[in-house]
Amino acid sequence: MLFDIAWDIDHGAWAFALSILPILLRGLLVTLEATLVGFFIAAVLGLGLAALKASSNAIIAWPARIIGEFLRDTPLLIQLFFLYYVLPDYGLVLPAFLTGALALGLQYSIYLSEVYRAGIESVPRGQIEAARALDLSTAHIFRNIVLAQAFPRIIPALGNYLVSIMKDVPVLSVVAVLELLNVARIIGDRTFNYLIPLSLVGALYLCMTLLASAALRRLGKSLPQQGWPLR
Amino acid sequence: MTDPIITFDKVVKRYGDNIILDELDFDVLPGEKVAIIGPSGSGKSTVLRILMTLETIDDGLVTVSGQPLWHQRRADGTLDAASPAHLRTMRKQMGMVFQQFNLFPHMTVLRNVIEAPIHVRGQSRPEATALAMTYLELVGLSDHAEKFPHQLSGGQQQRVAIARALAMQPRIMLFDEPTSALDPELVGEVLNVIRRLAHEHALTMLLVTHEMAFARDFADRVCFFDQGRIIEQGAPEDLFGAPQESRTREFLGRVNV
Repeated sequence: MLFDIAWDIDHGAWAFALSILPILLRGLLVTLEATLVGFFIAAVLGLGLAALKASSNAIIAWPARIIGEFLRDTPLLIQLFFLYYVLPDYGLVLPAFLTGALALGLQYSIYLSEVYRAGIESVPRGQIEAARALDLSTAHIFRNIVLAQAFPRIIPALGNYLVSIMKDVPVLSVVAVLELLNVARIIGDRTFNYLIPLSLVGALYLCMTLLASAALRRLGKSLPQQGWPLR
Repeated sequence: MTDPIITFDKVVKRYGDNIILDELDFDVLPGEKVAIIGPSGSGKSTVLRILMTLETIDDGLVTVSGQPLWHQRRADGTLDAASPAHLRTMRKQMGMVFQQFNLFPHMTVLRNVIEAPIHVRGQSRPEATALAMTYLELVGLSDHAEKFPHQLSGGQQQRVAIARALAMQPRIMLFDEPTSALDPELVGEVLNVIRRLAHEHALTMLLVTHEMAFARDFADRVCFFDQGRIIEQGAPEDLFGAPQESRTREFLGRVNV
């Protein structure tokens, strides 16, 4: 029994698979939640990192680059252990789910910052000069000239990283987050049948990624490559 | 004798070890139409970019309408580096047209023209639209107001860029090689608009160009730049008809006027 749902191990493989599906779907829900929270953290931190790295001030830009390299070049699992086991020593105790989402967010913030940077650089320098020559303010230029054009171009890349984050969520099982893989492993441990729960996890993941890819392809076609049109 | 609207006083501009402007002295009178010619890398575009506040200067003094552009005068008369606020005020006097048009591709022609009047000058949308339409009429594109830049030819895009700059009602218009990126058959329509502006408006106009025939027709004065200095300047018929300096003759010979 898990999440108050019992499984049926005595009436063959199909009955077993059917009985654990609701349990696995609960795990899938946690996986999706971790994906979204992690992505949100990465999206916000990534924009901050991109802005800092783009700064012409070396005192601002260099620490951001060093933090970025550090995050990129160390494994997610180590960062996760660090947050989960070391931070409490300094009085910061976070629930396992939040710790996991934070680790995902930190790791992916560096990738998303690169996506933002590429998007911002896709807007030709001449347009920014023309906007400055028209005396438009820096904030107005960033919003209505740069982001309005960069954003539609980076949405497909952001979507790809959303799928990547989803595929990294099983790492959170090591700090006992009850996400999809962890739920399947617990069922396996208790029933001694690993084949069916793990196969279902694979199938569920495949469904999710195929759905996401199809949605992204459609979205990519409908996005205005010239930027959000302003009339 | 009227005071010049623009003065360059021993202005120096460097990129690393490269000297772009070498103690340049240069004055422009209000309403004057000045054509700037010279080989590439002679600093002619830099003059416009400094005026448009897109490039700083390393030494010397630039004034526009009697006020220092890159400096601010303190109460005791000494000069400080200009604040962003000062630059914004000074910038309002100038409009610039670029070689690559630099229209905003995600905005309609009309929105390109009204964006700055609304957000910088604080005009209402109907007011800005009415004004924009008169400038689009002037460049012959009032029928294309709702189109996006990619639906227009290069020549039409450049004419929109001219209307966009005019909509801010500058006193000085800067044209940085406005026809260099155009196919030859589209050059004429852009030059016609610039010519009409020159004849019908009291605007001060500075034009960097490789179109010698047009420079001759458009300008009150032609300045030949080389290596960051003005080598020779004068009325077009004098400079093109009887150049005094050997470097001017050599350059004009190469571009065969």
